[in-house]
Amino acid sequence: MMRASHKQPGFGAALLHRLSGIALAIFLPLHFLALATALNGADALDSFLALTRSPPMRLTEAALVAALTMHMILGLRVLAIELLDMRERTVVVLSGCAAVVVAVGVAFLLEAA
Amino acid sequence: MAADHDTITVEVWRGAAKGAFQTFCVPRRPNQTVLDVVTEIQREQDPTLSYRFACRVGMCGSCAMTVNGRPRWTCRTRVSQAAADGDTLRLEPLRNFTVVKDLAVEMNAFFDKWRDARGAFEPAPQVPADFAVVPPATPARQAADAAIECIGCGVCYAACDVVAWDPDYLGPAALNRAWTLVNDVRDAAPKERLAAVAGDSGCQCCHTHMSCTSFCPKAIAPTYSIAGLKRAVLWGTLTGGAPR
Amino acid sequence: MTPVLFLAQRLSAVVLAAAVAVHLATIFYAVRGGLTAGDILARTHGSLGVFAFYSVFVLAVAVHAPIGLRNVIREWTPWRGRSLDAILIAFALMLLALGLRAVIAVCVA
Repeated sequence: MMRASHKQPGFGAALLHRLSGIALAIFLPLHFLALATALNGADALDSFLALTRSPPMRLTEAALVAALTMHMILGLRVLAIELLDMRERTVVVLSGCAAVVVAVGVAFLLEAA
Repeated sequence: MAADHDTITVEVWRGAAKGAFQTFCVPRRPNQTVLDVVTEIQREQDPTLSYRFACRVGMCGSCAMTVNGRPRWTCRTRVSQAAADGDTLRLEPLRNFTVVKDLAVEMNAFFDKWRDARGAFEPAPQVPADFAVVPPATPARQAADAAIECIGCGVCYAACDVVAWDPDYLGPAALNRAWTLVNDVRDAAPKERLAAVAGDSGCQCCHTHMSCTSFCPKAIAPTYSIAGLKRAVLWGTLTGGAPR
Repeated sequence: MTPVLFLAQRLSAVVLAAAVAVHLATIFYAVRGGLTAGDILARTHGSLGVFAFYSVFVLAVAVHAPIGLRNVIREWTPWRGRSLDAILIAFALMLLALGLRAVIAVCVA
């Protein structure tokens, strides 16, 4: 039987926030290493980027963009409750709007892929 | 023993940290509360069952326990709410507390944290010349009043995931009480209290899961009290006022 | 989490909220436009503004990520204390070094 606290929306939000944060923390050093291949010129970066055109890599890319967006929006939720003294209902509404905006953006991204 | 419209199957935790569930069968009665069920088991079926209650009318908070995974007051939980026809009622002691026996838990650690968070009013060293005038409509008093009704039942503490993850975390009830005192204009120890709630396992550890606010039987929102403490701690740290 | 770490975490979060929004917008723009590495580098090379922006971004990340990981590790594993803090400081310095190296690669080299 799942404990009641794990069924709360705030728990789900915090869990997604935490997991996306961990994923980003692991990804970032790799991101920095990839970009630094430009030290050897644009072609070096291009040939590295060519490796990321395969479908599994594109999927990972989209997942990372989603993780970044999710982490930012859920972080804004925390800041709104903590610093702006907002109530959760307001935050949910605002998060929903932000999520729609980002979903549109991500759709564009996938369309370009 | 199969449950039907006339009876309820009740699984009750027996033992302490180690133990097992014991199953009972209790007749369904109209308007029955979970406390009624536990009392009937203890009086009619197994007198060795240990549990707590006092007022039985939703004022004291003594009867709090975990009912089907959720911490709540058993005197204010109808069986029809918690276990519809055919469902089992599963009763456990409150989570995050040390179990004394069966459904009764040790409350000392909970109140120790209350003390550690400076959850008690500190009077001024000099007796004031006259009564303090505290208009109820001032923002500080409204903030205190929104959180003042806590009776220390422990439901929020039992629901809190951060308490489960970090046993040193002061917890929602102690922090909520500290917030009411931070907003009490008569209190003489504001800096010490902020220092008390800003330790390594203090208010900053709250991750806004909001289970405390969800389950509080008095509709208090410890999350927002803790958010207020966080703002006070942040401001204090920024301006160098609060101890590091 | 101590008050100082908490303050650093929240301050860096505010900086990152702005930086990530800009960064996401930039990525979408670059991908939709089908820009190659060469196109992007042509726009970022020698740009003081881009250099300053991403340097601040890297600094904020180097503060924010390790403090976040510290909370996760302390709450979800038994590890805590000086050894954990030391490893996380090393991680922060690594992010700073690799990040600034990447910024230089994209803006200066």
